[in-house]
Amino acid sequence: MSIKKTLFNPLFENNPIALQILGICSALAVTTKMEAVLVMCVAVIFVMALSNFSVSLIRHHIPNSIRIIVEMTIIASLVIVTDQLLKAFVYDVAKSMTVYVSLIITNCIVMGRAEAYAMKNGPFMSLLDGIGNGLGYSIVLIFVGLFRELLGSGKIMGLTILPLTREGGWYEANGMMLLSPSAFFLIGLFIWGLRAWKKNQVEEEN
Amino acid sequence: MSSSKNEGAFKTLFVAILLCVVCSVLVSTAAVRLKSLQENNKRLDIQKNILLAAGLLPKGKVAKEDIAKIFEKIETYLIDLATGEPISPPNGPEVETYDAQKAAKDPSLAHAIAPENDLAKIRTRAKLGKVYLVRTPDGGIDALILPIHGKGLWSTLYGFLALERDARTVLGIGFYQHGETPGLGGEVDNPSWKASWRGKKLTIEDERPPLKVLKGSVDPNSPEALSQIDGLSGATITARGVEYLISYWLGNDGYGKFLKTYREQLSQNEEVDNKEVDNEEANREHEEVDYEH
Repeated sequence: MSIKKTLFNPLFENNPIALQILGICSALAVTTKMEAVLVMCVAVIFVMALSNFSVSLIRHHIPNSIRIIVEMTIIASLVIVTDQLLKAFVYDVAKSMTVYVSLIITNCIVMGRAEAYAMKNGPFMSLLDGIGNGLGYSIVLIFVGLFRELLGSGKIMGLTILPLTREGGWYEANGMMLLSPSAFFLIGLFIWGLRAWKKNQVEEEN
Repeated sequence: MSSSKNEGAFKTLFVAILLCVVCSVLVSTAAVRLKSLQENNKRLDIQKNILLAAGLLPKGKVAKEDIAKIFEKIETYLIDLATGEPISPPNGPEVETYDAQKAAKDPSLAHAIAPENDLAKIRTRAKLGKVYLVRTPDGGIDALILPIHGKGLWSTLYGFLALERDARTVLGIGFYQHGETPGLGGEVDNPSWKASWRGKKLTIEDERPPLKVLKGSVDPNSPEALSQIDGLSGATITARGVEYLISYWLGNDGYGKFLKTYREQLSQNEEVDNKEVDNEEANREHEEVDYEH
């Protein structure tokens, strides 16, 4: 596959959340505020790019019997380093994301790409694949976060767009948007829109 | 995929050990290198929340240096909660490094709260508690800030309660850490709700809770309206948790003894202040008499 395809296919053609339905958990947890969404996206792209790269680099030396553990160890180390960096440089956001940064370890997309792509491809292409899938994940998170913050608290990136009634404006905040189930609805809508646009992603009926 | 030359026990062990060494070096380097930055952030965050509770922080974004500068007029003391007396080295730990949350988990530094007293549902608390005093330029006391925490619906809420100089009037409240439902219990962070605390009077004369958080809103004509706070709609349990944790920390098992001593000293000092004026005049007469001798 070409560089361009490796990097951009995961955005719409083969989106890890919308098509493979992986990594939903964090899409529910951190999407009430755009600020947290963006930090989460950067963190996931960073972890995925480097884990793919490192796994690919040593792929000829990984014994098959401990393959998964090796991948897991690399991912876990990278996540801890990321968490430490966030706490050192963007403390407020890191605090609001609590355990969800550490939970990148359990994000199926990261593990999935290491196992499915990096074990079989060269380091450079694996790096691009990691970035690409990170972007694919980010696009869904940003979509969900945008609507949840706007409809749930009338703001985007902390800036008031719809003035709330409880602060003297006209918009009555939709409390459900701040609760996790709303992310399911939004991801559902995203998948609906995507499959209406790209008909080949629609699963065949039995 | 990996070829069969990778499958021997020796190679497997070698790869596993090498990987562990590399990863542990990476993780520990990051942890050690970034520690001072992280601790600095944590301290600034606490300082910021103390200032927020006392209403000393200007609106908008405040630079790190400014927070530290404003915080200079705040003095921190350690209080032995069992007696209400301040404690300092060599009899106690350094106030700068003392962490009451950590101490609450250490059996030798913690006090187990009797179940019937455990309104805040926290089971243990540190024997020593921190108190922050805001000083006026001439060295008097402007406000007191007490750390408080206790259970809400899902989570433990951590925050600060600021009292005015008389230790009877609420100056402000704020929670810097909690996991309540956003939009419901999470409304403890709502600025207008927090603002409604300002000026409320603690009932300290009898056994009633010092402040009551109602279900619904306060009737302004009620004689007790000054000690009542509007409830949070849809968050009865969180609101009740806030009332209970305040009752606990202001009660005898919490900062009650310290506050009692403080209030007594304050009223004595005021009497002394009044007397001093009389005494000065008396002294002058006395001196004159002395001269003549």
